[in-house]
Amino acid sequence: MKKTVSRIINNIILPLLGFVLVYFIWDYFAGSDVMPSFMMPSPKKVWEAFLNDRELLFEHATVTLKEAFLGLFIGVLLGFVLAVLMDNFKVIYRILYPLVIVTQTIPTIAIAPLLILWFGYEMKPKIILIVLTTFFPLVINLLEGFKSVDSDYIKLLKSMGAGKLKIFWHIKLPSSLGSFFAGLKIAVAYAIVGGVISEWLGGQKGLGVLMTRMRKSFAYDRMFSIILFVSVISLILMALVVLIKWLVMPWERKKITNE
Amino acid sequence: MALLEVKGVSAGYEKELVIEDVTINLNKGEIVGILGLSGSGKTTLFNVISGLLKPDCGEVLLNGEDITAKTGKVSYMLQKDLLLPYKTIMSNVILPMTIKGKSRKEAKKLAAPLFKEFGLEGTEKMYPALLSGGMRQRAAFLRTYLYNCPVALLDEPFSALDALTKASIHEWYVNIMREIDLSVLFITHDIDEAIKLSDRIYILGDKPGKIIKEVIIKPEDVRKKDLLLSDGFLAYKREIMSAISLVSAKDE
Repeated sequence: MKKTVSRIINNIILPLLGFVLVYFIWDYFAGSDVMPSFMMPSPKKVWEAFLNDRELLFEHATVTLKEAFLGLFIGVLLGFVLAVLMDNFKVIYRILYPLVIVTQTIPTIAIAPLLILWFGYEMKPKIILIVLTTFFPLVINLLEGFKSVDSDYIKLLKSMGAGKLKIFWHIKLPSSLGSFFAGLKIAVAYAIVGGVISEWLGGQKGLGVLMTRMRKSFAYDRMFSIILFVSVISLILMALVVLIKWLVMPWERKKITNE
Repeated sequence: MALLEVKGVSAGYEKELVIEDVTINLNKGEIVGILGLSGSGKTTLFNVISGLLKPDCGEVLLNGEDITAKTGKVSYMLQKDLLLPYKTIMSNVILPMTIKGKSRKEAKKLAAPLFKEFGLEGTEKMYPALLSGGMRQRAAFLRTYLYNCPVALLDEPFSALDALTKASIHEWYVNIMREIDLSVLFITHDIDEAIKLSDRIYILGDKPGKIIKEVIIKPEDVRKKDLLLSDGFLAYKREIMSAISLVSAKDE
């Protein structure tokens, strides 16, 4: 009994407390002299804006989500292939690793306009940008996962007569699933943010496009509702990753539930 | 002809020679202990026999066939139980068979009746994390057995277990090894354990490891209940200890 109470406090009440606090501070100051309501709408106004705009929001969200999923899919695939190649061939590792790192030092916002210049206003530049931001956490996490495999397991499999492929399938791949999902969780959030950022710079549809429009018409309550909507989408997708991990890694279920 | 023959094997890593001119053999149905201080190259010897390490010279023969530097010919149980945490006990124990190309279905069929014999009933669908140390050890042993090779190499199979578990599992091991007619070469640094479990003992001396003594344990001397208190046991122990201390004295 005592345990369940403390679990509820630790896992539900305390994490929510931060949000409640922010909400009240926001609500208190919004509309006061410090934060005039045209600059910072109150939570209530943002919620109303969300309800009014919800059809519009969902319509634009499908575009952003489509970009995000496509980008993420290609990013994951690319990250996986690169990690496997780099893990197996030292030469490839030496050549690619610095390049992979450098891609991450390039500010995304700076290259987004270039991508649009090269690939137009359609989905292509957006997907490319998302691929660029999402493959990185996957490469790094997978490489780390592959490397951290206990060499005795590999020795054991070799003693059974297993070759590289079987060692990969039975040892390296399953052992690095944990790192893979850690990377995927980050990549999912990056994918949505990457999509929104690239839409700021041009496009017909998408939450980023909508956001720019709202900003230009000084409809800050509506813009805020989009910001919160984006963050909720990211959270739901991250939770989805945890759920998939739970399904794929039944042996880790106890640990996963604590995430 | 012995089942397994190791002839004049020298091996090491990079420039350091770890074992030198080791010659041992194992007959069918025998349990042979390899006793040596840590760092005497016991595991290196096993790596050579299992084909993981190519020796600098010498050869390994199984039933007269040259298996030097060939993997998959003998069963190998490494020091830790090394059960894969993400596979159920069933999937773990059938791994050597599936690696060698048997279908999972067929492998399961072969393994299923052995769970009872190995005291693992009901653990088929469990993950290793749920099992006690002794149970994990048995599962690792069952997996080793399911390599389906005539010879098994066990590298310190009991070192990770606490004293009580060890005592009970020793007896079980000897019984089951006789029952399934496995020929076993096992490494230990525990003299009592070596005398208790082996038909013969090879003592491996220090750096680089060489066989310095072979002790034959007569079954009537040790296979009885109060083994550790018997005269025969102490005589063996004295013999082994003097051989080991001779080597260590030479080192100093």
